[in-house]
Amino acid sequence: MSERVAGPEILRMIELIAKLPGLGPRSARRVALHLLKRKDGLLVPLAEALGEAAAKITQCQVCGNFDTIQPCAVCSAPNRDETTLCVVEDVPDLWALERAGAFRGRYHVLGGVLSALDGVGPDDLSIAKLVDRVTGGPFTEIILALNATVDGQTTAHYIAEQLEPAGVTVTRLAHGVPVGGELDHLDDGTLATALRARR
Amino acid sequence: MNWSDEAIVLGARRFGESGLILDVLTASRGRRSGLVYGGASRKKRAQYEPGNSVSVSWSGRLEDQLGRFDVAESSRDRAARLLDTSLALKALATITTLLRGVLDEGDAAGSALYGPSLLLLDMLEEEGVWPALYVRWEFGMLSALGFGLDLSACALTGENDGLTHVSPKTGRAVRGSEAEEYIDRLLPLPGFLIDSAAPATPGDIANGLRLTGHFLGERLFAAYNRQLPDVRGRLVAQMQRAGIIAD
Repeated sequence: MSERVAGPEILRMIELIAKLPGLGPRSARRVALHLLKRKDGLLVPLAEALGEAAAKITQCQVCGNFDTIQPCAVCSAPNRDETTLCVVEDVPDLWALERAGAFRGRYHVLGGVLSALDGVGPDDLSIAKLVDRVTGGPFTEIILALNATVDGQTTAHYIAEQLEPAGVTVTRLAHGVPVGGELDHLDDGTLATALRARR
Repeated sequence: MNWSDEAIVLGARRFGESGLILDVLTASRGRRSGLVYGGASRKKRAQYEPGNSVSVSWSGRLEDQLGRFDVAESSRDRAARLLDTSLALKALATITTLLRGVLDEGDAAGSALYGPSLLLLDMLEEEGVWPALYVRWEFGMLSALGFGLDLSACALTGENDGLTHVSPKTGRAVRGSEAEEYIDRLLPLPGFLIDSAAPATPGDIANGLRLTGHFLGERLFAAYNRQLPDVRGRLVAQMQRAGIIAD
């Protein structure tokens, strides 16, 4: 798009929108036009919301979640179970578990998983902080809710080893048949894991 | 240009929203990479876990381009089978990381490691078997990539029996009885590396890992100006804690 068609402000807006996940330059232009056409109803409130978020949102110093208060709403909620701690890879996983509404304990966000490929070691994650938190805390069960990948489970095993001296129960999410899944369409690995974990 | 081959997945890196750059060790073309369209989708992602076997078809205009992989279903999902086994999973991660660390892309010589790697990966569910096999695999990796140790005869006497140590400098075998004044500077040579029928005790496996670890770090990885990956150190430490190797 040339500057005669759109000014530098609009071009910058399109460039930035194109950096969002799922959007390329073409869809960024559509989003930008959509926002510009609804300036008062959408663009201005969105800009205000983004500005406010940038100014106020921080990472929780206890669990690693994002929130406007310190500690975050999950950590400061008085009605949550103080004895169970769920360890997740990243904030989207915490949000996913909260959406499911099946867990009412506390969380700990690792900030990634161990990955030899990407050069991520234990010191790059908040594992030491987790061990401190568990050692000095009221937790009796630690749930390792990490992805069922080589890196995710390598991290889970590593954390389980690190937590051994703390004497807490360490559990993991089950791996197996998803709800609505048909056996015929499952990959061999999932099927074998599901069969091993039968109950 | 097109080719098809059997391969072991060494790793995968996301490309864009739904694509993957897949890194594999093929049976006859060494380590190769290619773009897999839609490879990051939830349905397909599992088959690209490290250690799985896949049948790949590569297409590209020129041999040295990144190219594109069409991947049939994985023929063996090893990663999923090992997810609950801490030590074997770490071994799997170590094997694929070491292969990625030392094999150049497009160098067909890397295929010499395909068969041994496949065998080792297939044995990872057998806890009593794979540790000694792993040492042999590392030993074979050194040989395949031109950094092999000379265990054929004693460097001091030329005799080929009673070999008990290896010189950390030359990589040649030595009779311990002939080098008593240097013995503490030599690396113990486990018997199972020169005699396939010899048993591999926890002490032998520990000595084997010390031996191969020294030459992997000081020669092979040093040749690439790289450190031996941390994951190997973590594997050895866990094997010690599990009592599979002696301290």
